[in-house]
Amino acid sequence: MTTEVLKAPLVVEFPFTRSLGPVQSAFLTGLREQVVLGVRTTDGRTLVPPVEYDPVTADEIRDLVQVAPTGTVTTWAWNHAPRRGQPLDTPFAWVLVRLDGADTALLHALDAPGPDAVHTGMRVRIRWAAERSGAITDIACFEPDDSAIGGETGDHDGQFESMVTGIVAQARLDYTYSPGRAQTAYINALAERRIVGERCPSCRKVYVPPRGACPTCGVATAEQVEVGPGGTVTTFCIVNIKARNLDIEVPYVYAHIALDGADLALHGRIGGIPYDQVRMGLRVEPVWTEGGRYPDHYRPTGEPDADYETFKESL
Amino acid sequence: MTREIAVVAFAQTDHRRTSDELSEVEMLMPVLHEVLDATGLKTSDIGFTCSGSSDYLAGRAFSFTLALDGVGAWPPISESHVEMDGAWALYEAWTKLLTGDTDTALVYAYGKSSPGSVRDVLTRQLDPYYVAPLWPDSVALAALQAQALIDEGYTDEPALAAVAARSRADAQANSHAQLRGSVPHGEYVVHPLRTGDCPPIGDGAAAVILAAGDRARELCERPAWIRGIDHRIEAHSLGVRELTDSPSTRLAAEKAGAFERPVDTAELHAPFSSQEVVLRKALRLGDDVRVNPSGGALAANPIMAAGLVRIGEAAARIHRGESDRALAHATSGPCLQQNLVAVLEGEPRHAQ
Ligand SMILES: [Zn+2]
Repeated sequence: MTTEVLKAPLVVEFPFTRSLGPVQSAFLTGLREQVVLGVRTTDGRTLVPPVEYDPVTADEIRDLVQVAPTGTVTTWAWNHAPRRGQPLDTPFAWVLVRLDGADTALLHALDAPGPDAVHTGMRVRIRWAAERSGAITDIACFEPDDSAIGGETGDHDGQFESMVTGIVAQARLDYTYSPGRAQTAYINALAERRIVGERCPSCRKVYVPPRGACPTCGVATAEQVEVGPGGTVTTFCIVNIKARNLDIEVPYVYAHIALDGADLALHGRIGGIPYDQVRMGLRVEPVWTEGGRYPDHYRPTGEPDADYETFKESL
Repeated sequence: MTREIAVVAFAQTDHRRTSDELSEVEMLMPVLHEVLDATGLKTSDIGFTCSGSSDYLAGRAFSFTLALDGVGAWPPISESHVEMDGAWALYEAWTKLLTGDTDTALVYAYGKSSPGSVRDVLTRQLDPYYVAPLWPDSVALAALQAQALIDEGYTDEPALAAVAARSRADAQANSHAQLRGSVPHGEYVVHPLRTGDCPPIGDGAAAVILAAGDRARELCERPAWIRGIDHRIEAHSLGVRELTDSPSTRLAAEKAGAFERPVDTAELHAPFSSQEVVLRKALRLGDDVRVNPSGGALAANPIMAAGLVRIGEAAARIHRGESDRALAHATSGPCLQQNLVAVLEGEPRHAQ
């Protein structure tokens, strides 16, 4: 038996807020002001982009030096199909550029008409972004340049008015999420108002929701077992803080519920009873709303409470 | 006297472009059972379990905890996880065995690259201040390294194509591999790398059992003894590194004892054809060394498991008597940033 597994788009998006140390702060503030700074190591090399610790000796380094906005390509790669977030949306070369006055190379994009126009050793200069905020993207890209090696450096000390002390780096990744075979079967059954677990072939425990494996025996579970619909509240908590985008009045009760025939409690919201009357042993059943693909909440069945002995294993 | 520790069993999935009918634990479980069955061990016999995987591939926090269902994690077991290739999990397990706390360890690793765009996902491991905001993808960074090699005269495009062709031809004999036989070298992905120079994107898992001393001899006819293992790292910034060389690999190999005597086999984790050039040079491998008889990462590169697969493949050759002394290498990060080298040996075979 094969059923089509469920799939859905999953977007993970986050603005990473990062603070800068003194060296990174000076470098990125410098980019905002169109000044490129490196850092001098104890053995006299100049690192651009600068770091706070010497990658060879691990010495703390703070001695900022200004380098030129011109440099030499040390290696390159032609990117004919730019991807989201990359510096240019037309074909470009990725380049490592050793700026004049620096001993190490900076990674960025080079705007050039095609791969034939790019070679290692070619001279390039920074094209500044029109709007700059103190980020590596203040360098819009590099562009070809015919100046000789030894571009103009300066003696900026890295102190600017209103130093940039942090960056916000946006990150977005797109996925197509699939829950796999066992959870697909569970979710599909829920839409049919059935709750389906899986029995371990070894210890015979019934897991719900099933994840395809018995965590005790470490074996695959495959035998589907319908459980519930009735169940017993094994433990619960009272939620007093309203979650964003959730239109459930607080306080409400969130509970562990051992469905009849299941050996693992799942969790769900308890409705249809005042929050302060929910108790361990309360007998409940799932409630589907019109068109709902999963139970909206669980409500009391009206049966007498279950005896503690009957659900203590599920606690 | 340090303990002798060996790889006594290895299993891997058939690596495939997608496996979306399976959750991670469903994909992983068959290989766990395969190594357990090969040794006759039960999950409860395992002294220590260590795994490697990445939440960024799944797009979910703590995704590895779900995979724990597959190892029988209840009642509680001695367990650890690295957000790295399983080769590094094996290193941790090896260290644990060295302490004498336990005699057996299960190491597993898995990765499903199919749910997301792995070229974009891997940008999130880059320097978040200066590099990640530019979104340079994994192929672009490898291409910069390849061009540097070409400029220095260490290789050229036909030579890279030959590396790729040899890998896929060797993979013909490896039923687990994703790309096998004659594979077109294809168009440029990022110049100078073509499709054929790049690893396939796929899902897969691998598992290894380690055992110490006599326990290893009980569990395996010809254990693959780990004679040395070490891992080293390059500077984070690509512009600081000498991209045409891999001093960290060479140092790891030296510390692992790789240069004390010649090896007959090398399983190199070189996802890009150009990286094999770097690694051969760094490891001073001569033409007499059989490199990647499995097809290597160009034939199957399940991220997070591909490095562990290299150790497993090297060990399996020793188990089968096809190698006496093998080197296994694993890498992580852009342009061979981090490198692990293990040296494996089988006991001398006497005339029957
Ligand atoms: Zn079980």
